[in-house]
Amino acid sequence: MTQAPEKTDAEGPPIREGHVRLTIDDQVVDAPQGELIIRTCERLGIVVPRFCDHPLLDPAGACRQCLVEVEMGGRKMPKPQASCTMTVAQDMVVNTQMTSPVADKAQQGVMELLLINHPLDCPICDKGGECPLQNQAMSSGRAESRFVEEKRTFAKPLPISDEVLLDRERCVLCQRCTRFSRQIAGDQFIELLERGAHQQIGTEETAFGEGEDFQSYFSGNTIQICPVGALTSASYRFRSRPFDLVSTAGVAEHDSSGAAVRRDWRRGAVTRVLAGDDPEVNEEWIDDKTRFAFRYAQAAGRITRPLVRGDDGELHEASWTDALERAASLLVAARDGEVVSEAPSQTLSVRNGTSITEDSGDSADDEETEREPKRGVGVLPGGRLTVEDAYAYAKFARLALGTNDIDARARAHSGEELDFLAAHVAGTGLGVTYADLEEASTVLTVALEVEEEAPVVFLRLRKAARQGTAVHHLGQWSTPAVVKTGGHLVACAPGGEPAALDALPDALAEALTRPGAVVLVGERAAEVPGLYAAVSALAGRSGAKVAWIPRRAGERGAVDAGALPTLLPGGRPIDDVARAQLASTWGVTELPATPGRDAAAILRAAAAGELAGLVVGGVEIADLPDPVLAREALRAADVVVSLEQAHSEVTPYADVVLPVAPVVNKSGTFRNWEGRDRRFATTIDPSGGSSGRVGGTAAITLPDCRVLDTLAVEMDVDLFTQTPEVAAAELERLGVARPARPAPVRGPDHPDRPEGHHAALVVTEEEYLVATPAGLAEVDVVSVVEVDDEERAATTSDADGGLRLATWRQLLDGGSLLVDEPELAGTARPPKIRVSTATAQRLDLHEDDVATLAGPRGELHLEVELADLPVDVVWAPARVVEPGGAVTLAGLGLTHGGPVRVTGSHDGSQR
Amino acid sequence: MDGTARAGRGEFVVTDPLTPVLTKHWLGPESWTLRHYTELGGYEALTTALNTPADDLIALIKDSGLRGRGGAGFPTGMKWSFIPQAKPGEEPTGPAAKPKYLVINADEGEPGTCKDVPLMMADPHSLIEGCIITSWAIRAHYCAIYVRGEVVHCVRRLHAAVREAYEAGHLGRDIHGTGFDLDIVVHAGAGAYICGEETALLDSLEGRRGQPRLKPPFPATAGLYAAPTVVNNVETIATVPAIVSGGKDWFRTMGRERSPGPKIFSLSGHVERPGQYEAPLGTTLRELLDLAGGMSGGIPLKFWTPGGSSTPLLTAEHLDVPLDFEGATEAGSMLGTTALMIFNETVSVPWAVMKWTEFYEHESCGKCTPCREGCYWLAGILRRMVEGHGTEADIDTLLDVCDNVLGRSFCALGDGAVSPITSGIKYFREEFVALCEAQTRHPEVERIVELSGASA
Repeated sequence: MTQAPEKTDAEGPPIREGHVRLTIDDQVVDAPQGELIIRTCERLGIVVPRFCDHPLLDPAGACRQCLVEVEMGGRKMPKPQASCTMTVAQDMVVNTQMTSPVADKAQQGVMELLLINHPLDCPICDKGGECPLQNQAMSSGRAESRFVEEKRTFAKPLPISDEVLLDRERCVLCQRCTRFSRQIAGDQFIELLERGAHQQIGTEETAFGEGEDFQSYFSGNTIQICPVGALTSASYRFRSRPFDLVSTAGVAEHDSSGAAVRRDWRRGAVTRVLAGDDPEVNEEWIDDKTRFAFRYAQAAGRITRPLVRGDDGELHEASWTDALERAASLLVAARDGEVVSEAPSQTLSVRNGTSITEDSGDSADDEETEREPKRGVGVLPGGRLTVEDAYAYAKFARLALGTNDIDARARAHSGEELDFLAAHVAGTGLGVTYADLEEASTVLTVALEVEEEAPVVFLRLRKAARQGTAVHHLGQWSTPAVVKTGGHLVACAPGGEPAALDALPDALAEALTRPGAVVLVGERAAEVPGLYAAVSALAGRSGAKVAWIPRRAGERGAVDAGALPTLLPGGRPIDDVARAQLASTWGVTELPATPGRDAAAILRAAAAGELAGLVVGGVEIADLPDPVLAREALRAADVVVSLEQAHSEVTPYADVVLPVAPVVNKSGTFRNWEGRDRRFATTIDPSGGSSGRVGGTAAITLPDCRVLDTLAVEMDVDLFTQTPEVAAAELERLGVARPARPAPVRGPDHPDRPEGHHAALVVTEEEYLVATPAGLAEVDVVSVVEVDDEERAATTSDADGGLRLATWRQLLDGGSLLVDEPELAGTARPPKIRVSTATAQRLDLHEDDVATLAGPRGELHLEVELADLPVDVVWAPARVVEPGGAVTLAGLGLTHGGPVRVTGSHDGSQR
Repeated sequence: MDGTARAGRGEFVVTDPLTPVLTKHWLGPESWTLRHYTELGGYEALTTALNTPADDLIALIKDSGLRGRGGAGFPTGMKWSFIPQAKPGEEPTGPAAKPKYLVINADEGEPGTCKDVPLMMADPHSLIEGCIITSWAIRAHYCAIYVRGEVVHCVRRLHAAVREAYEAGHLGRDIHGTGFDLDIVVHAGAGAYICGEETALLDSLEGRRGQPRLKPPFPATAGLYAAPTVVNNVETIATVPAIVSGGKDWFRTMGRERSPGPKIFSLSGHVERPGQYEAPLGTTLRELLDLAGGMSGGIPLKFWTPGGSSTPLLTAEHLDVPLDFEGATEAGSMLGTTALMIFNETVSVPWAVMKWTEFYEHESCGKCTPCREGCYWLAGILRRMVEGHGTEADIDTLLDVCDNVLGRSFCALGDGAVSPITSGIKYFREEFVALCEAQTRHPEVERIVELSGASA
């Protein structure tokens, strides 16, 4: 009667396969085999104090704070065991500090020992108030210290990079930072030095007085996981106490990772950004750009009031009413080809980043008076928009401006890319995920330097590689990312990527046919004609999943929201069915039927006097494939309306500037490269919002979707995008309508390839002739195929010639959102020219000497470093911060895969 | 080496208190040369071993009862048998498929210990022959001898001996036509005591910072370069050729049931003739003192360590403790490296304990909190006490800190570090108390009182 239930109680339910049953503090618990005791305790709600333990790092057992008593087979183990290193076992009995006096004393003893050399810095320490040592000293420590000897002291703080400061006195030597750097980031720049009580964290530089410092893109994570105040951020140090901050969850705005972040702020300004915890996306890690670049919202260049160009040709602050009215009337006129303005024209001094002289565009314009009137407005929203803002731009272009001339791609782009996006990206929803990368047997990256262009993806690829995934990179040299993800480089000449994909090594081609294989392609594929087509073909024949990883946070959202010339919202092509469906939902009679111009074509049309106006969002001119053309277009356009957070290179050309909110002052959604929606609420509501206590410097600015909505109203059009929530709801209602069978991706050789759609850079022949009188043949970018080293060597007779450029951007290269971050800028990888030893010998270049990289429109002087590049290939970063501003290789007239000239130090001095 | 000198020449006699096996050749002319070693029957055991199946060799060492001479006394044959080997006729998988390594721990750094260095100086070929036989047994083709970096002369001699062995065909490819390949590398450490800990030694050998590794996995499955590895002490491996030649029964005629065989006892300190005395395990200090001519100057014995400073010290009442693994443990200490440091009545125990503790403070690797911080604190307290600024409360603090280090540290270094303190206070507490008697108030308290003006 009562016997039976008692018996089952004693034995309990059957143990699941792969699990063991043990007892912790008198509670019987089942745990998966191999689980660490400390994790099982966590699940039971038993907090065992710890310092070195971190769930994402390999166990160390160094701090000894988590000691518990363990009984196996009815016998107590003679010593207390570190619960962070010991795994559970069947019938094990664990007694933590809650039930074991031995464990309790052991923990108190370790805590006392940890504190003997720890300074009493808490009142001035950044970590005070959120410090595991402080907290656990309260929970597991003695009230009074018996230590009366002298504490060990060090000079402090010790900078281990521009961004990270080390206070060795506070360090408890848990090795979380060194283990993170070694295991997660793969950057072995910090290590333990010395021994005993003098043991300390250090770098080559701190150990020897010279050498490498903590040159990691992920260094900030060590600050966050430091369980004491030993590692602090140079930019946050002494700026706030954690208990004075409001913490708001957010999403990374600097790249397409969609990483979860936590923004801590007070008095209207963010004081620091921390990694959020999202196991599906960024786990607990972010890169330093995401972490440290946030002061742009407070920068001196912020625009907080609308600006309207007056009769004096200068911009003046104006009311929203006046500004919107002015912008609306100008845009309507431009749209309808009735330009009223006498163009208070561009007598302004426009800064020019490159060495090219101001060309004679004005005189050309004057001759054009006889031409057909300018008509129409092109829209360049930029790639940093939320989905909601991108949708507002897409709708604004179609309804208010009556055009498909909209392109969010402020970078090298092509018509082939539009085909690819339509076929593989737009409206496809959640595709390849971070988890898929981790589980993939094989990953191939194409036109994607993953650590520089998608650092959070890099971390996951490295994790995957450590677990056995074969990560291959199609590229030119063994970059740090290649080395740190297993070292598989499929080397090809720049521009030869499509040919290389068609002729992959057999083993790799075979591996890509296995289930779970993934091909990651970066936005740079647009720079190589035929590459998107080759990726699409590879996916078709191998069955590998394809994911597109753009650099900027808003690119994927812009594709899905229709901020492209050939795609409407929801992946819809510009065909009659989709247009009719959309028109009825939007409550209009018709939508523009002609596919739009892409960004380069918009700029060409504006420069050529075909388009009358431009609406420009967050676009940095230097990032466009042809900055010279872009400046020419802005100068030639009769109407320029700029929606910006801050003064930019567009501002001097603008007739009306409408301020928009930075990401912390608005809500919205970034759709990351996976296609995952990453919604975020307003971090700081400048109007006071629900918290009602915003003071300080926060300015009231509005999201782009609200500004566009109001502007459209002035143009007698309703967008219904007053708030991000409304815009998101409408986009959601629209749903996805992809064509059942998307059109093929048309490479340069495709018979249907439209004209002029594959040029990543538009440079006139004359410019090349001026720059390289040696010959036009070298300009033929399209004909480059995989380099045969011997062939190249044999055909290269000209000592200066025959060089091809490989290039991509580095993570930290002075982008417009990196202003006012000198510490972060100090951790940027120094820009260098890289060549192989053989090429260096041929060109008489020497490592560490300065060499000159010359393009048709200017030159750049950088140090030389030797790397395993193909013969006669030169690598240089696509964007370099110079004292006078950013210089892009595109601005110099150079392209990936194109010709380039490199000469040794021009003053002839060699070290 | 007087003791060995006198006993070393004659035939082995069971009743003789000395049993020169390892030390047999030490006083010969140029005993370190291959010629000398071979003339006296060296490398004959190798021939025997190479004609013996590997598993039989492991069984022989198991049956001989040989226990590790590095301090812990782990049965050597059992250690060898832990190396995963491919089963006959089966494709090996897992660790068994990996190469196997033999690593010789010659990082002799324990205070008072001086047995491996003289062995390698006087008779390096016994070690090399042992290495070859052991490698054959565990099927290793690579053996590293990790020598303490400070003993440069010893490193040179080993290099020379290894070269001789290569030239004689004992090392290299296809050794003596058996098809067996073996390379020996002599590696000099960089002077860290922690690298005597086997996993720290392996990390150091791999070129990393020498700090102990998390176990499991143990070296037998994932040691050097994550491959199965046997780590043995010099003396252990040098004993192997003698067992192969003499047999297990001969080996068991020496020593005691659970601790058979001869052992080099290193006598240092206040004895008439300090040096190496090779005697059966189980010999007592009283017997060893007789061999060494007694206490120097006739000043009575006060305390001694049975096996280096990491083994709890003993006193004159322990003169008749049989010095083998069991006997030393029963007496509350450990056999350790049989480095007998002998101190007479002129020596202050707190002072000696302080010096030892300063050694551990200096050598603690820093990986774990208890050892790193504990040694720092303990040394500080002891220095203050020896300077005459201790209080009786300090003695309790010492013992409590020792309790918080013992069994809480990552490796055995922390356990060793507190041994002299706890045993010193156990047997000589009154000396610690005497240091404190003049000192009623802690100097820090005095200072605060003075600063606050309360004493006026």
